Amino acid sequence: MNKPHGHRTYFRSFLLHFRPRNVPERTLRLSLTWGLGGIALVLVFLLFGTGLMLKFVYEPFPDRAYESILFLNNKVPFGQLVRNIHWLSANGLVLVVFLHLLRVFYTGAFTAPRQLNWIIGLAAFAAAVLSNYTGYLLPWDQISYWAITISTSMLDYLPGVGGSIKEWMLGGTEPGPGTLVNFYAIHTAILPALLLIALPFHFWRIRKAKGLVIPRSAEEDPGIQAEMVETMPHLIVREVAMAVLVLAVILVIAMLFNAPLSEQANPGLSPNPTKAPWYFVGIQEMLMHFHPIFAILVIPMSLLIGLLSIPYIKYETESSGIWFVSGKGLKLAMFAAVVATLGTVGGVLLNEFVVASGPIGPPDMVNTGLLPFVSILGFCTGFYFLLKKSFKANSNEAIQALFTLLTTAFVVLTVIGIWFRGTGMQLMWVG
Amino acid sequence: MKKETYSRRSFLTKLWIALGAVAFAELVAVVISFFKPRKTEPTAAERDAVVIAGAVDSFEPGTVSAFVQGKFYLARLDDGGFLAMSRNCTHLSCSVPWVSKEHKFICPCHSSEFDITGEVINPPAPRALDLYPITIENDILSVDTSKLRKRSVFEPTQVVYVKKT
Repeated sequence: MNKPHGHRTYFRSFLLHFRPRNVPERTLRLSLTWGLGGIALVLVFLLFGTGLMLKFVYEPFPDRAYESILFLNNKVPFGQLVRNIHWLSANGLVLVVFLHLLRVFYTGAFTAPRQLNWIIGLAAFAAAVLSNYTGYLLPWDQISYWAITISTSMLDYLPGVGGSIKEWMLGGTEPGPGTLVNFYAIHTAILPALLLIALPFHFWRIRKAKGLVIPRSAEEDPGIQAEMVETMPHLIVREVAMAVLVLAVILVIAMLFNAPLSEQANPGLSPNPTKAPWYFVGIQEMLMHFHPIFAILVIPMSLLIGLLSIPYIKYETESSGIWFVSGKGLKLAMFAAVVATLGTVGGVLLNEFVVASGPIGPPDMVNTGLLPFVSILGFCTGFYFLLKKSFKANSNEAIQALFTLLTTAFVVLTVIGIWFRGTGMQLMWVG
Repeated sequence: MKKETYSRRSFLTKLWIALGAVAFAELVAVVISFFKPRKTEPTAAERDAVVIAGAVDSFEPGTVSAFVQGKFYLARLDDGGFLAMSRNCTHLSCSVPWVSKEHKFICPCHSSEFDITGEVINPPAPRALDLYPITIENDILSVDTSKLRKRSVFEPTQVVYVKKT
């Protein structure tokens, strides 16, 4: 039956080294994955390819870096296009991996045996963000120089070790030759190596879990036996189609819009306003409202611990494969999103126009740190028990709503920081 | 006999582990020290750390002069005293320009404001601008930009005066 005939057979047997022979038919639905993991992988391939090309042109020295980017843009054939693709894929990756995380969370695809894979995924997410961050500095233009200056200066507020970590990262007291060499080495060697280890591990854990989580309705049994179809062609054709689509979209956008490049870095002149890279703008926004120790240490660490513990919490029901746990879960999550949006916007406005006009002086540890933190903690706890008592939510639904609440708050802070802060970081109407 | 072999084997195992730990510690020490010289080796800028600002009389009271090379501001207060201050904001290290029209430093990044003594008059900056030590010899004023001194608030003892002779 399976008569060997040339390259097709070789391809099939090669394929079977890293894909299963059969996959559950239901996991092929676009409404399960939205292809997000696959899109992320395509972007990683694009980043490795274009990154290797850029490595032959870029020079990581303060007096040469900006010039080498100009040379790349203006003299190297397709140089601008390659840089655009790299820039787009890098920013797209952070966004896509974040959406992928949301998808995995809301389909409950993190319970046993996928617990460890949630952690590996978070590590890969961190590697993607750090890759983006270290690459941000390399063009050595005004935007990148000052974004790195203020985001590394945030470390100064970590008690004790912060200053030394900052100096180690910068290879000095301010961004200079040491910084560029550090960031370049981390960007082009350490993080790509980490990704090369983390990603295969991530995919192997999916195999060990017998494929993706099987989507089901709340009435169906968790141990549902799905109908199997052959990987080739059913899965492979879909994956290739999605990959080609992603390539086309990236290529078209890269041809239409150029990656940003401002004037060469000038250590004596801060642009107004100066913002951190967009994925850290939420933290910068928190810095405007909270004591620094809380804005950059206590709150982010609490959120990280929360994220890491998600798969290890004891839940009342087995909800893997069901979008938003249940119909009620979806309603409560939407309720939480609305509460978080109104609460965050209200809080920012209140702090800006009512509280901030108070006494002048160094930030107060109790009033701007401990007090708001404890009240947020109290609010979250109250919210959780409100859902459990008054809305009769089970723990799956309540924790999902809490996750939605905090994620929405962070997204809203990021949006405010990116689009609603203008000159002197004053609040303003869309900029 | 049997017990003896066993203890020798466990001794060797422990020895291996200890040697491995030593080797690992050495490796860590090598990696750490590898990153050190970049920090301690004086750069060209550090060798020229002492900036000769000029004659005392060339600075009017109540003015601020910027020194691009040393990356600091020299403020002469109304009473004739001097302060040399870092141009970096104590909030997130943005470069703070002196706005002479409004007679204060205004940070473009997050609108922190400092008066002529470097004292915070508008947050979010948490501390007064950092200081550099000033020496005055024969009416010539020089600033050592290698010795950054952090302070929380302005105090009159920080001001340097010309010694009356």
